[in-house]
Amino acid sequence: MTVQAIDEQADQPMRYYGPRSAWQWVDFAELWRFRELIFTFALRDLKIRYRQTLVGAAWAVLQPVMTMLIFGILFQMLRSKPTSSDLPYAITSLCGLIPWQLFASSITASTTSLVANQNILQKVYFPRMVLPLSTLIPTLVDFTIALSVLLILMPVYHVPYSWNMLALPLIVILLLLVSLSVSLWLSALNAIYRDVQYIVPFLLQTGMFVSPVVYEMDAAVPEKWRWLYSLNPMAGILELFRWSLLGLPAPSPSSLVVSMGATFILLLGGAVYFRRMERFFSDRI
Amino acid sequence: MSDVVIRVEGLGKKFKIGSSQPYHRLSEVFVGLGQAALRFPGSLLGCRSIDRTEDLQDNSPAAQGEFWALKDINFEVKQGEVVGVIGRNGAGKSTLLKILSRITEPTEGRFGIKGRVASLLEVGTGFHPELTGRENVFLSGSLLGMSKFEIKRKFDEIIDFAGTEKFLDTPVKRYSSGMQVRLGFAIAAHLEPEILIVDEVLAVGDAEFQKKCLGKMGEVSQSGRTVLFVSHNLAAVRTLCTSGVLLSKGTIQATGRAIDCLTQYSQMNQATCPKDFYRLKKPKGVQVTSLRYYQSSTQVAEDSITCGESLTIAITCERLSQDESSIGLVASIAVKDHEQTPLLLMHSRMTGDNLTATSHQFSIDLSIPRLPLRPGRYFLTISLMDKMSNLLDSITEGPYFDVIDGPHYVSCELPPRSHALLAIDHEWSLHQEASKCLN
Repeated sequence: MTVQAIDEQADQPMRYYGPRSAWQWVDFAELWRFRELIFTFALRDLKIRYRQTLVGAAWAVLQPVMTMLIFGILFQMLRSKPTSSDLPYAITSLCGLIPWQLFASSITASTTSLVANQNILQKVYFPRMVLPLSTLIPTLVDFTIALSVLLILMPVYHVPYSWNMLALPLIVILLLLVSLSVSLWLSALNAIYRDVQYIVPFLLQTGMFVSPVVYEMDAAVPEKWRWLYSLNPMAGILELFRWSLLGLPAPSPSSLVVSMGATFILLLGGAVYFRRMERFFSDRI
Repeated sequence: MSDVVIRVEGLGKKFKIGSSQPYHRLSEVFVGLGQAALRFPGSLLGCRSIDRTEDLQDNSPAAQGEFWALKDINFEVKQGEVVGVIGRNGAGKSTLLKILSRITEPTEGRFGIKGRVASLLEVGTGFHPELTGRENVFLSGSLLGMSKFEIKRKFDEIIDFAGTEKFLDTPVKRYSSGMQVRLGFAIAAHLEPEILIVDEVLAVGDAEFQKKCLGKMGEVSQSGRTVLFVSHNLAAVRTLCTSGVLLSKGTIQATGRAIDCLTQYSQMNQATCPKDFYRLKKPKGVQVTSLRYYQSSTQVAEDSITCGESLTIAITCERLSQDESSIGLVASIAVKDHEQTPLLLMHSRMTGDNLTATSHQFSIDLSIPRLPLRPGRYFLTISLMDKMSNLLDSITEGPYFDVIDGPHYVSCELPPRSHALLAIDHEWSLHQEASKCLN
């Protein structure tokens, strides 16, 4: 009897798997066990990304810089000033474009992440959330490169550094959470309905204009619509970036609360929806 | 040690076939909205026919478009057992392995697993063509459940087994397909799970490599690990497996000793019914109703025909009218491989065989003394004509059979596909000639 008891203890218990219920919360313990795989996928994507390109990782900088130039010229031609601060346009727009770039490219990558890896999905088990999660890392690398260039450019344009910068890591985490919340929705939807990947570029283009990317919120959005505008989680985050990097006035606490609330709901919903759809990925993808 | 490590209880898996009923309500709402807003319904149709109907050939689905790929599956696997899962195409073997690997979910029932599982449903899982051999070892290894540390520890061994050390830093896209397979299998062979789930991995690669894989599988099974193994290679199942699970149309036909399952499998009364859409629209007078395959006078399944043995294809025919007057027939069977290469044409006019039917139902048998086909899938075109060469019935490239490795030659070796499509009987000899000396 005793021997058997010891045996039972030494053995892992039998784990049972059956049809899962539709409403499931994220299994964080399991995700943690698969953390290495998240980085393996991220590493793969990083390695592939700039292979057979001429300038490689410089694209991380070139993309926001070119967008900045285009909008700079556009606003110049229109003789309008999209900023309320006296900072050079190059700096204040890059400060919006670089975080936006992270958001946009992680959305683009994660939307197709399940479909692009469908061979793997149908041959191995791992928590499917690993895939959209892993797409965050390469974009974070790009972001870091571009941000360092911005930090170098700031003294060139005589923009002083601000102590608010210490809050930057926190703001980046917020940005990643917003990206993840949208990613979860879109990647799960795209696994079942490929239409999503065609809508995403259009959505991102629209999103760029309804977020303070190439302009500052104070300069462009009328006071009475701010609350509605703040429902867009990226609005609060981009203003936070300008506050932290450039020392511009912080967004109002009320609009921040609205932004964060919207993010939180989007993230919760995204996680639950992803888990719900996860059950069908390998059959319906 | 007779611990149960896999326990399957009442497992069932339902597929929907081309149904349009709301299945994912939330997303259906999204699509509905999108549809209305965009007035662009064309592309939405693409999402409908995703369910895999191909595998599910045998069952005529219910009107609602539901199909049970597996139903009421119960069995247990004890530690150290090597279980062969056998059954015809579409019997649900792959679905079973996918459920046990947790790739897809069962619709009902549950299964219990004790210990670390690695499932090997393809060779080179997750290989990316742009990455180098070294990078792919790490990628594929961690996908299959190895930790980075484990891969590092076994890296040299893996590369050694694959024999690709010279190309470690070459992108895998420049590898030959053989090298890719070797590298992929080498990774898999160095997994150390307690339970290994393998699906027809051995069906790829050349004969020599298949033998190497089989050897490795044997080693794995002798090391006390539990293996669940799906294969069409019945010879491999016979040598490797201790017990078997025989599936047919999604249900278990037999479990127990591998030998018993194999025997029952070969006894299963099978006839391939050609799908309706492949046949001639209007057969005239006579129609083909089914096909059966016999090897050494026992009936065999169409997915396990052994190369180099005799093969008889029995075409069962039926007259459309009640007429029982004698009718002279000419029959032909053409064989193409999966690349549509015409390989064989067997025609009763060429052989001059006289086929005269006097009954309502009859069977036309084609006998091939030694099947010259290499392992692979072959497609048949069957034609039935009268003596004036008027086509009575034909089935175009519908039926197929799978040939498996067999002892065609004494050496058990077959020519590689790149060199020959067929293996024919031949003999070599050497004759001494009287030497013409100069003096």
